[in-house]
Amino acid sequence: MTQEFWKMVLGRLNFESLDFLKAFYDPTLNEVILTGAAWAVLAGGALGVAVLTYFRLWGPMWRKYLVSVDHKRIGIMYIVLAFLMLARGVIEGVVMRAQQADGLGGGFLSADHYAQLFSTHGTIMIFFFAMPFLTGLINIVVPLQIGARDVSFPMLNSVSLGLTVSGAMLIMISLVLGKFSTGGWTAYPPYTESTFQPGVGPDYWIWSLMLAGVGSTLTGINFVVTILKERAPGMTLMKMPMFTWTALCTSILMVFALPPLTVAAGMLAYDRYLGFHFFTNALGGNMMNFANLLWLFGHPEVYILILPAFGVYSEIVATYSGKRLYGYGSLVVATMVIAILSFTVWLHHFFTMGQDANVNAAFGIATMLIGVPTGVKVYDWMATMYRGRVRFSVPMVYMVAFMMLFVIGGLTGIILANPSIDFQVHNTLFLVAHFHNMLIPGLLFGMLAGYTYWFPKVFGFRLNDKWGYVSAYCWITGFVLVFFPLYIVGLMGMTRRTVAYTNPAYEPWMIVSGIGGLVVTVALATLVLQLYVSIRDREYTRDIGGDPWDARTLEWATPSPIPAYNFAVIPHIHAREAFAVAKEAGMGYQEPKKYSDIHLPGDTYMGVIMAVFGTGFGFGMIWYMWWLAIVCFAVMAVAFVGRALRGDRAAVIIPAAQVEAEHRAWLERVRKLAPITREHEQDGTNYGVAAPDQGAAA
Amino acid sequence: MSGNSTAIYAAPGLSFEAEEHHDHDHAGKALSGFWLFMMSDLIIFGLFFATYATMLTPMSYAGGPTPKDLFELPGAAMETAALLTSTLTFGFASLAVKYDMGRGKVLGWLAVTLALGMVFLGLEIREFVHMFAIGAVPERSGFLSSFFGLVPLHGAHVTAGSIWLIIMMIQIARKGVDETAKSRLARLALFWHFLDIIWIGIFSVVYLGGIA
Amino acid sequence: MSSAPKTSMTKEEAAAAYSHDIKGYLTGFVLAVVLTVIPFGMVAMGGFGFGTVIGTIAVLGLIQMVVHVKYFLHVDFSADQREYLHLMLFSLLLLFIMAAGTIWILVNLQGRMMGM
Repeated sequence: MTQEFWKMVLGRLNFESLDFLKAFYDPTLNEVILTGAAWAVLAGGALGVAVLTYFRLWGPMWRKYLVSVDHKRIGIMYIVLAFLMLARGVIEGVVMRAQQADGLGGGFLSADHYAQLFSTHGTIMIFFFAMPFLTGLINIVVPLQIGARDVSFPMLNSVSLGLTVSGAMLIMISLVLGKFSTGGWTAYPPYTESTFQPGVGPDYWIWSLMLAGVGSTLTGINFVVTILKERAPGMTLMKMPMFTWTALCTSILMVFALPPLTVAAGMLAYDRYLGFHFFTNALGGNMMNFANLLWLFGHPEVYILILPAFGVYSEIVATYSGKRLYGYGSLVVATMVIAILSFTVWLHHFFTMGQDANVNAAFGIATMLIGVPTGVKVYDWMATMYRGRVRFSVPMVYMVAFMMLFVIGGLTGIILANPSIDFQVHNTLFLVAHFHNMLIPGLLFGMLAGYTYWFPKVFGFRLNDKWGYVSAYCWITGFVLVFFPLYIVGLMGMTRRTVAYTNPAYEPWMIVSGIGGLVVTVALATLVLQLYVSIRDREYTRDIGGDPWDARTLEWATPSPIPAYNFAVIPHIHAREAFAVAKEAGMGYQEPKKYSDIHLPGDTYMGVIMAVFGTGFGFGMIWYMWWLAIVCFAVMAVAFVGRALRGDRAAVIIPAAQVEAEHRAWLERVRKLAPITREHEQDGTNYGVAAPDQGAAA
Repeated sequence: MSGNSTAIYAAPGLSFEAEEHHDHDHAGKALSGFWLFMMSDLIIFGLFFATYATMLTPMSYAGGPTPKDLFELPGAAMETAALLTSTLTFGFASLAVKYDMGRGKVLGWLAVTLALGMVFLGLEIREFVHMFAIGAVPERSGFLSSFFGLVPLHGAHVTAGSIWLIIMMIQIARKGVDETAKSRLARLALFWHFLDIIWIGIFSVVYLGGIA
Repeated sequence: MSSAPKTSMTKEEAAAAYSHDIKGYLTGFVLAVVLTVIPFGMVAMGGFGFGTVIGTIAVLGLIQMVVHVKYFLHVDFSADQREYLHLMLFSLLLLFIMAAGTIWILVNLQGRMMGM
């Protein structure tokens, strides 16, 4: 009786599920690492709680962030989440490199543990590092670039964040309770069916992706509408900054590419929970359809990830070359073409599944085609730099490294696009090297460049340059050291996702790669150090004027840190790169003719509710605690309906007089500051007002 | 910078005008957002349809019942009639809103729509119960899995639409047909008509295609 | 969608607009019924070739979807609906790529596995 009661309450959860006790029974290195990770999560959580309590930050965090619908605050929360998950993802990657460096005939990890590592590493990096980071950047930057006060649906924005957080929470919980899937981030059945993995692993995968996926779909809807409907008067589509264009295309991709993932994960859930036969071996299931559905999502996803980074690079290259962006129209067209073509190439992820040569050829050709608009972009960026006065600031270091490394990665992609070559290197580390070569320079570098570039706009001080350079060079060399050897061993035939190997010829390359892992660890550590030093020395890097880089687009025409209402008065836009043109005309800082009251959307609890009860719902489903899942789902539904019946919270009204006073005070400060030339960009004299660039070539 | 003064780079770049730019078209934005959501949903349905189509093979029947064994025209015809009529009655409700014909008429037509939706759901559940009774359960074969993936997904949407209808009726009964109600009814109408279009796909592909 | 009638409308104009609108819904409904009854009837009667029946079902089903879009969703070529028309056509393009691609690939695979 009591046993049945506890089974109902706790579902599948039992003593065996407690990862943080495992090493005490079985103190091998493998188990110690597993247990250590669980304790690290627990300790990290406890430390977070302790810090918040000690500094009495619970109240401010709740009021200023958790319930806020301010797009900048939501963006910051996304990026904080992304950095936390990046730390875990990088550490997992480094552990895998260490294992393989030691992996000739053994190593220190069990095969099962290694499989968990590559599964969580991939899942985290794609869904809980890359997606939150780019969503955060889009959140912060897009409304500013288009001259809007907020997004179209601020409450929905908070809900999206809540759902993303709940997915990330589930992934973190998987370190402490139970075993994650060993089926890779793609979770191919039938291996992920309950016949082969009856435990909670694939269920963690399913529910964290479902929750985060719904959040991303809603984000996509939100930003398509925001970009199409909230632009400042005069800003036609072809006057939008390039980052906004890429954000628009990424948002469209989110709306249309996430559904296949929802379908694939949903069908897998049907199979696992209700005994359906979508992808099983027996009774007419068709597991090949899963690969098809997953990559229907997966390929557009690649461009969801990479397009915003292209946008960041487009902004950066123009700013740090002191020139207008070359080939704006071709960049716009290339972005749109990529967005469409990204839906026509998914089969190249499974060339070897057995379809005939005609099918493979069709998708191989489409894959080669998609390289063309990407190439156009690279040429546009180079032409922007050509005869510009290029400053190799930290974002520009990332940018130049990206251009060189990304082209190499792109060329290996063209190699893989040929089905007959793909048959040779499929499932080897060559492939692993290829997609890391696309995503690390193409995504991670772009995100870090954007982080460095827009940081002063959000927080009002610049990041430390010295540690920024150290970090950038560590990321770049670390990346090259880790992944270029993988091309070679891949061509030698070393398969991916194998814990150990017996061919001694691989070992030297694996050791080089392992050393690269150490460099990447240093890069991550210096990123943390940079943030610490920057906060400590913030008095010396104040950005008051709001334009520390002599930048070109609308977001830099505002004070830093930027006020909640973004723009005291919404400007009318007459030009592409409006702020740069205004500065050239000596009209960068105009006095508005008239101020009005500003209405801002009120706070909401919906995001917090989604995060807490979304996590509870997923947890209940994973561990078969049906009562918990039902209760949490009911709370979410009731909250949604209740909110709909009650209507929006009252808007916050900021009176015109206050706006006027704040804005006048800022204009006064700008007038008093000495404009600096670009030679002093990294000095303590850069207070964010740029002197006209006399030497600039038109 | 004369080189820059093409039309796209016209000085002074940005300016402040006397009149503030105010955009209060919240209903329009919400409608656009809802359209996007529906198109996203359309992809989900489309992939369930595609999966269903690929499961119409002897391999996926796995020796179990085939469409010909399972589906009957009268049931499908009645379900179609209920849903098709409900889309018309929702149209009348929309017109009652558009021409300010009063809360009573709006509520009346919505009630008829809801009733027809309930009839549809009742018929559908009856069909599922019958299928379960003869052993045509989703665990039986890949084909039946894809059937129970597709058709109840539509049913779940109709259920959600019905709940939304009830909430709207409560709201209108309490607060009348105000701007919020109008904006929400416009979206619900879109949703309801959209579900009818999905049903056209289902009766064509699943029922008629299966029996033919 | 059904936007509010202009306040400047006279009673007669409003009545005319109303009857125009209601005619629209009824036309759509009648067309939909006809387009539903024909394929149902064909299947019920039987005796037609399999290809003919399937072809008719497919064509009439597609026409009926267009009818619903025009008469119930009110999406047409008019200027204020163009945005939705574009969105819908774009979505249909992507849906076609995904669904047709899925069927193409999986049927090809099935054919090569065991000739089914």
